[in-house]
This record gives sequence, C-alpha cells and structure tokens, in this order.
Amino acid sequence: MSIQFKQETFRDDFTFSNSPEQIQRFPFPFDKDSFMYSVNLEPHADGRKDSAYEASFDVDEHYVSEMHDRALVLDEDPLRCQSLPHMTLAGWDVLELIMTEKSRDYPDLFTLERKGNQCHWINRPLEIDQHFTFGDETTLPHGPMEYITRQAQGDFCLLDQRNDNLWMDAGIVTTQADWSLDFDIGMNFFEWHAPVPLAHEMGIFQRALKFLLNIQQGRPARRLNWTLTINPRLDTSPENYHKWGIDKATVAPENVGDKVHLRVELQTFWRLPRSNALLFPIRCYLIKMSELVTVPKWGRRTHRVLRDIPPELADYKGFASYRDTLVAWLSQYDDGEKTSPGVWPE
Amino acid sequence: MSAGTGKLDVLVTDIKPINTLVKRFQFERADGRPLPNFSGGAHVVVEMKDDDRMRLNPYSLMSSPLDTSHYAISVRRDDQGRGGSLFMHNQVAVGDRLVISYPVNLFALDLRASKHLMLAGGIGITPFMAQMAQLAANGSNFELHYSCRSRSLASYAQEISAHYDHRIHLYYDDEGQQIDISTLLSGQALGTQVYVCGPRGMIDAVCSQATAAGWPDQAIHFEEFITPPTGKPFKVRLARSDKTITVGEHQSLLEAIEAAGIDAPYLCRGGACGQCETDVLSCDGSMLHNDHWLTEDQHASEKKIMPCVSRFEGELLELDR
Repeated sequence: MSIQFKQETFRDDFTFSNSPEQIQRFPFPFDKDSFMYSVNLEPHADGRKDSAYEASFDVDEHYVSEMHDRALVLDEDPLRCQSLPHMTLAGWDVLELIMTEKSRDYPDLFTLERKGNQCHWINRPLEIDQHFTFGDETTLPHGPMEYITRQAQGDFCLLDQRNDNLWMDAGIVTTQADWSLDFDIGMNFFEWHAPVPLAHEMGIFQRALKFLLNIQQGRPARRLNWTLTINPRLDTSPENYHKWGIDKATVAPENVGDKVHLRVELQTFWRLPRSNALLFPIRCYLIKMSELVTVPKWGRRTHRVLRDIPPELADYKGFASYRDTLVAWLSQYDDGEKTSPGVWPE
Repeated sequence: MSAGTGKLDVLVTDIKPINTLVKRFQFERADGRPLPNFSGGAHVVVEMKDDDRMRLNPYSLMSSPLDTSHYAISVRRDDQGRGGSLFMHNQVAVGDRLVISYPVNLFALDLRASKHLMLAGGIGITPFMAQMAQLAANGSNFELHYSCRSRSLASYAQEISAHYDHRIHLYYDDEGQQIDISTLLSGQALGTQVYVCGPRGMIDAVCSQATAAGWPDQAIHFEEFITPPTGKPFKVRLARSDKTITVGEHQSLLEAIEAAGIDAPYLCRGGACGQCETDVLSCDGSMLHNDHWLTEDQHASEKKIMPCVSRFEGELLELDR
C-alpha cells in the first residue's frame, strides 16, 4: 500500500490531522479501563498488519511534514542533536540499522545498495539520493546519527552501556514531551528518570534497567508511554516552554475535542552490534480527542482512565489544570458499556 | 518475556591446531550470507549435540569485527573438564553444521578511553584478538600484556607481535617472566581503561592491585567464564513446573533444568551475566555458589542461586522455576 504523505504543520496554524485510516492504526495505549505504571515491555516483532507495530521503524502519512518540522527545530537550536565523541561508532550502527530495516520494510520508498563500504541510499519521499562510504563521516552532510535521524520520525536516544548502567551519550530530540537532551546528556538511567513520580518507589526502574541491559542483538523490545498535549505540537520542549506552556490556559468546553491531543510514545529498544550501545527511539503519535472518540471503545476507555487517574500522575503529565473540562467532554462518549480487553478497536 | 538470543546456523569451514592444547574453529553462515556484526569482546554460545546430551558452551569471538564473512573461536582442550572442549576437539569436523547464538558482549570496550590497557593470560587472549582488530582499525591507543606458560603454548603470540609490533608485550612462565602488574598500573595516564581476561588468580591480582592503586571501579574490566564444576548428584524440586529432577555429576543445574524440557533464561552460562538468577524457595542442605553475580550477602541468605555454575549438597533444594 503506498502512503499519501500529507502537507501539514505542527506549529503556528496547526493544520495537522489524522485521516480515518491513520486513526485506525493509532497505537492506543490503554489495554484496560484504568492506568498505573508497569514494566510494560514486550518483543518488538511480528507486528500486526496495518498497525504502527508492523514495521521496525514505522513510516506514516505524517512522515514528510514531520521531517520538515525537525529541520526547523534544528535550524533554531542545533543542541537538539548531540553526540559525545565516543558515540560515533554507535551512530554508524544507527544509520546501518535504520537504512537496512526501512529499505526492507518499505522497498517502494527506500533503497540501500551496498558494495563493501560503498553505499548508495535513496529516500524517495524526501527526494534524497546519496552516495557515501560507510565509516567515513566526510562523505555525508552530517554525522551518521544526525544524517539518518533527519530522515526517520521520532526522537532517538543513543545509550552507551557501561558499569551495569545506561548513559544518555548521544541523541536527536525534537518531538519530546517536555524533556531536554541538552540537560540530560551524559546522565545515567536513574539520573534522567529522577523526575518521574511513584515509579521509583515501586522499583520500576531497577527492573526496567535490568531488562534493558540484557536486550540482545536481533531481539528488539518495545513499550508505550503517553501524555496529553495541547494543539498538535511536536516540539513541546523545556527550551520552548514560553511558546507552548500558555496553551493549557486556552482549553475550554467548546474547543477541548480539537485542542487536546493524546500523545503516545512508541518506545523501542535495539542492541547495536558494532558499538554494543542501545538505541532508544521514542516515536511520537498525536491524535485529537475528537478523532479518538470516532472509535467508540477508545472514547469510553479514555474517559474512564483520565477520570480515575491518581492526581500525582495528572500533575506530572501536565494536565491537572484542564482535567475536569476534558473528562466532562469525554463523558458524553461513555455510555457505561463494557469494553473488550486489549487495545484494538472492537 | 525471557531475554536470550537468536540462533544462527553455521558451517564449520576450517579447523586449525594452534599448538598441542588449542584449536581454532572457523564458522560461516549456512545460508552463505554475512554473519551479524559484533563488537570486540563478544562471545557466542555453541550448541553441541553429544549423543543424547546437549552442551552449550560460551566462547569469545576472536576474529575481526570488521570481517563478518566468518567467525572464529579458539578452544583449549581440558582433559579433566566436563567434555565440551573434548567434543569440539575430537568430534567436530570441517563441513559439520552447528548452531550458535547471536553474539553477546559482556566484556565491552569503554570507547571513552584515552588508552586501552589489556592483560591476557593463556586462552584469555581470544577476546583481545577481536578488540585489538577493532581498535587498530580506527587508530585507537592500546597495549597488550600477554602471559603464557611457554613459547610453544603461546597461542597467536607470533601473529599479533608481527601485526601490532611494539604494542604487544609477551611473558613466558617457564622463562621466569611475569607481568609486573603494580608497575604497569602505576605508570598509566588518566583516562586509561584496564581489561583483564585469564585465570582467576590473574583477574584477582589485577583487580585488587588496581583498586589499591586508586583506580576507579568503572575503569577496571574483567571477564572470566567459569566452567560449571562437577560434583555429587543432587535432587531439585522445580515448584512452578511441578517437576523433581536429579542433577548429574557432570551436568550443571541449568543443563538439568533444560533437559527436563523447561525453558530457563541464560546468556553467559558462566556465572557472570545474572540472566539465570533463580529464587530459592527452600533449601535443606547447603548451596555451593560459584558465580560472580550474587553478592556475598545474597550467597549467605540462601534465597538466590545461579544455576549455570552453582550446585547443592543435601536433601532437597526447591526453586521457583
């Protein structure tokens, strides 16, 4: 199936929206009518057809516009992409992984030809045709990680593995839920998770780290995370808080369905073979509440989850101030019917 | 979700005796494609079907990470061991098919190092062979000190000396030569990482002297795969699977669990990685801990066991497996 790429914006006039087909493939995160943290990790393999899990690195109708938005962010703030000197080899690992997986999963969109270290990469949606030498940074317009992640949706963190811990030593972060690579660069797993409430006390991070340290080559894993965002803004960064923080105050009963977006992160974890580093892509999917409720099960369940969530979590995820307005609006889509188990539409 | 690794079907394409104790085995992928990339220090687990017994032994990859047309391992024959090395030496022939795991690295280079200082003892040279190839390719700074019993048993010593020249320092026990560890460690610049792979005594000496000299733990790296020791047979109750098994004299507890058809997690099978850690429900007897993973307190508590290398003596051991 060839994808119709949309021309749309994630800032200023916010023309972003999801087609009906895109709504059906949205990675809805709630598998039951309530939410609490868990180590919700599973193998990233054998993805369901026509879902966001089908390909290793999902490409959807927003691809071209998201890559344009990333370029705008990087132009304004080059520190959104950083790589400590020892992470260059891991950057080549990332480039090789993404090019190999994308050209296999989407042969009509991407082609990689390779003879030894001589490579030819074609990205048709972005009209890129690049010859380069694997391992030679001078043959690419950017470093290897930056080069390929300017052509891949979602943020990418590159974690070095040392001393039984993971270290945020490289990444490209332009579509984030209020965290900063420039602040976290060089931190270990516990340091960058320090602001998360409740989960530390539950021992979640100890268990998650142990799992991640043992992720093996060819056996990627995934989990979902979620929050809410006002307007379809990809770049909700601390650096730009002055631009988007105020948006929360604009939520009112008459606009809540179009203003409030469920923001889901499809997080995957990949052992990188040449560097032994871990690649941690954080792919952001946005959906308006008015789009979400077109799937009746998702409307009912989202109402129940947000109504019953502990206040600490509503606060941490940043929607405490408009929670009541949102829950009141969602209640009209909850008829009290039972919902089926699992995340898929009924 | 159990972690674990994927499997690779390979052909044995070359077997070369290196000296009277060591043979080098070369593998290529059975389907002719390149093997997966790996990082220096990685090992693979080789599956050996020895009659009705399945042995799974880890071996460091020693071939260059830059050439994935083949993998190479070296196996030192251990006439007193449990039979894995004898199987490789006596039963495996060129043209045989084997199953190996994907590479796993539990002895990775710290790529921040301004210098990599490597100390090898005997067959502990193998992970360094791959690491040196990786480091040499990008011009990194490294130095290897390699201690062997004698010139005739010094596997690959001539080859690496010819290749890496003054970076290689050789020491022969039978000529009275020894690595002067404390002098070596005291003369290193800030930013140096030290790596040691060899017999237990050598690892302990390097780690304790480095710590005494003020080296931070993060700068000291070691790898020792313990061979599962043999011992008296013992009985184990596997509560979750509702089975009682007997662990044989030459069998590890992990192997006995697997032989009972239970899919237990593992990676290194040598007491180092922590993957097979298992909860002990009751213990009427004494556990014989042989791993590097659990702390002394955990060993004393009798609440955990690493079934890849540890054993038991007594009436009955009950595990949450």
